[in-house]
Amino acid sequence: MIAVQPVKTIDARGMACPGPLMALIGAIRQGKVGDVIEAWSSDAGSRTDIPAWVAKAKQELVSVVEDTRYAKFTVRKAR
Amino acid sequence: MATRVIVLGGGVGGTLAANLISKQLGSDGHVTVVDPSGMHVYQPGFLYVTLGQANGRWLAQDERHLLRDEVDMVIDRAIRVDPAQRTVTLDRGGSLGYDYLVLATGSRLAREEIPGLIQGSHDFYSLEGAIRLREALRSFPGGRIVMGVAGIPYKCPPAPVEFVFMLEEYLHKRGIRGKSTITLASPLNRAFTIETTSKLVQPILEQRGIELATFFNVEAVDPDKNVVTSIEGEELPYDLLVLVPPHRGAKVIEDSGLGDERGWVPVSRATLQHEKFDTIFAIGDATNLPISKSGSTAHFEAPVVASQIAARIRGTTAKENYGGRVMCFLETGHRQATTIRFDYEHPPVSPRPSPLWHYAKWAFNRAYWVTVPQGRVA
Repeated sequence: MIAVQPVKTIDARGMACPGPLMALIGAIRQGKVGDVIEAWSSDAGSRTDIPAWVAKAKQELVSVVEDTRYAKFTVRKAR
Repeated sequence: MATRVIVLGGGVGGTLAANLISKQLGSDGHVTVVDPSGMHVYQPGFLYVTLGQANGRWLAQDERHLLRDEVDMVIDRAIRVDPAQRTVTLDRGGSLGYDYLVLATGSRLAREEIPGLIQGSHDFYSLEGAIRLREALRSFPGGRIVMGVAGIPYKCPPAPVEFVFMLEEYLHKRGIRGKSTITLASPLNRAFTIETTSKLVQPILEQRGIELATFFNVEAVDPDKNVVTSIEGEELPYDLLVLVPPHRGAKVIEDSGLGDERGWVPVSRATLQHEKFDTIFAIGDATNLPISKSGSTAHFEAPVVASQIAARIRGTTAKENYGGRVMCFLETGHRQATTIRFDYEHPPVSPRPSPLWHYAKWAFNRAYWVTVPQGRVA
């Protein structure tokens, strides 16, 4: 697997829902098509909210890596 | 020599912080408020002006009258802060030196960031905007009204939900509810940022026939075609469009390199001290904290900043830390309201909407000028 280098990492650990998703939406809004953004969230709601938004917004969810205390969501701006 | 404290901004947080710091320090401190207008504006009133429930006259008062006599006031715009020299440069020339600085500079509307927003939409985030929207509603013949959000974070998170509830009642009174649709376009997959409050308000939206469009983050407005589009790739046609404009931190924060890429000041969530500069604190909308940007937040943060600064000057330990406390009312129309109270550790549980909270909000609106800025309510 080729490692994807994010252009921006959002450390939203400790932020309550929907902070991590909103920070990701803001980064996608300001980014360029093709940019890869990584969002770190310790909020349980992000596990469902972030993939749901990525699917709705037709962006690309590259990976979700679960750590014991938080999850890393890697998203590519597809459009 | 008295310690010099400068407070930038004469809103809820700045005014209360200045009064409390002055009171706590007595002759050991000299507090100066710098504000570009010298007028204190009660922004929660904009919504009531929009729906014709209040006129704009009670929304502004001379800031000088709200400050203790010992607090100095400078009516000018701060254009630059130099944290190394501890100076604030003023727009009309000259500068002020400080030992401690409180950034209570609020947020700034960035309507120009969304294509077509200025030409194609209304908002109630300024008195001028509220009056313009009030007039548009008075002559509205019926049709599709869309309420959307063009950027997060924004001031007063409940406002879009409150607006659609109050609008629904307003359209009934005008006799055009049957000829109109109301759509709340939410940036999230629910009506409101806080899940528990969402669960309370969504059934009421349904009962009132208010449509909910989810995951709709406004990208652009086409004022010729009367269509608003989202970054999720959807569009909503409208006859009257109301949008919460994008918000940024104050220009002086951005120009002085004191904030993040949107101009929000990074602070400790407990002490509200700037992450890089020991002598700078921030409160209210100005901070980057992931909590509500609202007068209520500023109100609860001001005593913390006063306590932190007074303790540093006196060489003691501050008695107060900020625990994330916020308390907001949420009007649900038809003379009912609920409340949203929470802190860092406790998510909100909103009571069922009732007339009690609606009248409590009205009482608070009326009592504001003689209670909050002076620190008479905690």
